[in-house]
Amino acid sequence: MDDFYREFILDHYKRPRNFGTLEDPDVTHEEDNPLCGDRIRIDLKLREGHVADVRFTGQGCAISQAAASLLTEKIKGASLERVRGFSKEEMLEILGVPLSPIRLKCGLLALKVLKTGLYGLQRWPGEEG
Amino acid sequence: MIRAGGAMTARSRGGRSPAFEVERIRQDFPVLGEKIRGKPLVYLDNAATSQKPHVVIDTIRQFLSTYNSNVHRGVHQLSERATEAYEQARTRVQGFINAAESREIIFVRGTTEAINLVAQSYGRTHIGTGDEIVISAMEHHSNIVPWQILCEQTGAVLRVVPINDDGEMLLDEYVTLLTPRTRLVAVAHVSNALGTINPVREVIRLARRQGVPVLVDGAQAVPHLKVDVRELDCDFYAFSGHKVFGPTGIGVLYGRARLLEAMPPYQGGGDMIKSVTFAKTVYNDLPFKFEAGTPHIGGVIGLGAALDYLDGVGLDRVTAYEDELLVHATEALSAIPGVRIIGTAKEKASVVSFVVDGVHAHDIGTVLDHEGIAIRAGHHCAMPVMQRFGVPATARASLAFYNTREEVDALVRGIHKVIEMFV
Repeated sequence: MDDFYREFILDHYKRPRNFGTLEDPDVTHEEDNPLCGDRIRIDLKLREGHVADVRFTGQGCAISQAAASLLTEKIKGASLERVRGFSKEEMLEILGVPLSPIRLKCGLLALKVLKTGLYGLQRWPGEEG
Repeated sequence: MIRAGGAMTARSRGGRSPAFEVERIRQDFPVLGEKIRGKPLVYLDNAATSQKPHVVIDTIRQFLSTYNSNVHRGVHQLSERATEAYEQARTRVQGFINAAESREIIFVRGTTEAINLVAQSYGRTHIGTGDEIVISAMEHHSNIVPWQILCEQTGAVLRVVPINDDGEMLLDEYVTLLTPRTRLVAVAHVSNALGTINPVREVIRLARRQGVPVLVDGAQAVPHLKVDVRELDCDFYAFSGHKVFGPTGIGVLYGRARLLEAMPPYQGGGDMIKSVTFAKTVYNDLPFKFEAGTPHIGGVIGLGAALDYLDGVGLDRVTAYEDELLVHATEALSAIPGVRIIGTAKEKASVVSFVVDGVHAHDIGTVLDHEGIAIRAGHHCAMPVMQRFGVPATARASLAFYNTREEVDALVRGIHKVIEMFV
């Protein structure tokens, strides 16, 4: 169990960082994963090619919500170039838990919402082709 | 099943003696001795699929290793043996659900295929534009989507009987949905997501009073309750082998002979014909008309063995024992703060769907899995039920007669652990 729900995952689930919404965001996007019922919305404020501020809301399993919280920490203040380069592998590395094929989408939902909001990405991260 | 006021049925009283020897029964199921992550397997996902007793495994092994061959056409001895075993299993199924004739038993892949068969064969010839099909709000997707497909093809309309907050079908609403345009009623005998036992006898009586045929989805009923299709007076009854301790890939459609005879074939191919020329093909008689191609012979024979086994245990005793387990599970889970049971009908089979405040069902499932406890987490192929109760998913423990009170207690300890971790 310790190798799955690590302390920092549970911490981000119970005390999500950057949780909430932004007033007048430059980008807002929400998606769900109907199979699990996970849902994530991400709001972004952009300034001079950087993410000036970010908030997320959502509901779902611990992995999906912790991933969103961790992701917002990583991209806050980052350049859009950096955000564009943020990969599936990087997201999974941050989570650091072995995800079964079914749970993979829980771990990647936040990244998908972020990239779809920013670039109109239609596929799951890592499957952009 | 739980009954209002805790009144015991004749069935329940029958289960009191002799004592139900669950430990001896568990010896019949090899998988129950498995360990998961070093812990004894606690298998509480029986509504998804049931485990298989030795006798089913051995029967299939014996078929494959001593008389494997095709049925209904070989002149050699192996084929005669296989055909005999295959047809004996059909008679076995007939007896098990008390059908009038063995030709009313059609072997299909499972409940899903049985319902699709009725939708496409009966439906496309008897249901047209503006006609209505009535289902309930607690159906499995397999008793929703085949009718939606039929509606798209024919212009028929789907009507849905609502359910109350306990997960019980509203019979008053049902009566108002039965109109002169109603051509078919299709309902679950037992809900897979809620455990509700529907009042199918009454549902059938009301429909047949105005000449409307009824299909009963019995996938979740046959493992728990004695089913008598003639007593129910239903027109079609569908169930799956793998939920009733038999193999996957085999299921049964019971149909009233008069209706089956008037229906066109569902699939064309070998075994379902009497003669073929390019000018005209003559279809075979029942039940072969609906069994195109080489069937799942080992599956059918294995299903027969499973029903024999279940008869040996005694369905009346199974029902009574599972009632006790369900009462225990319901009381123990309800007593945990933050746990809410979804599906609190007065009459229930041994299925407990629940949610835990602040914890997603998948996290419950993962934590329990690490304790060796297998439950189902998700929408249970009944998304409209989840929408009705305003939850994205539930955790579901579904009990069989080989489960024990101690296993229910392990589940309760596991849920306490979930709450400790996440809340």
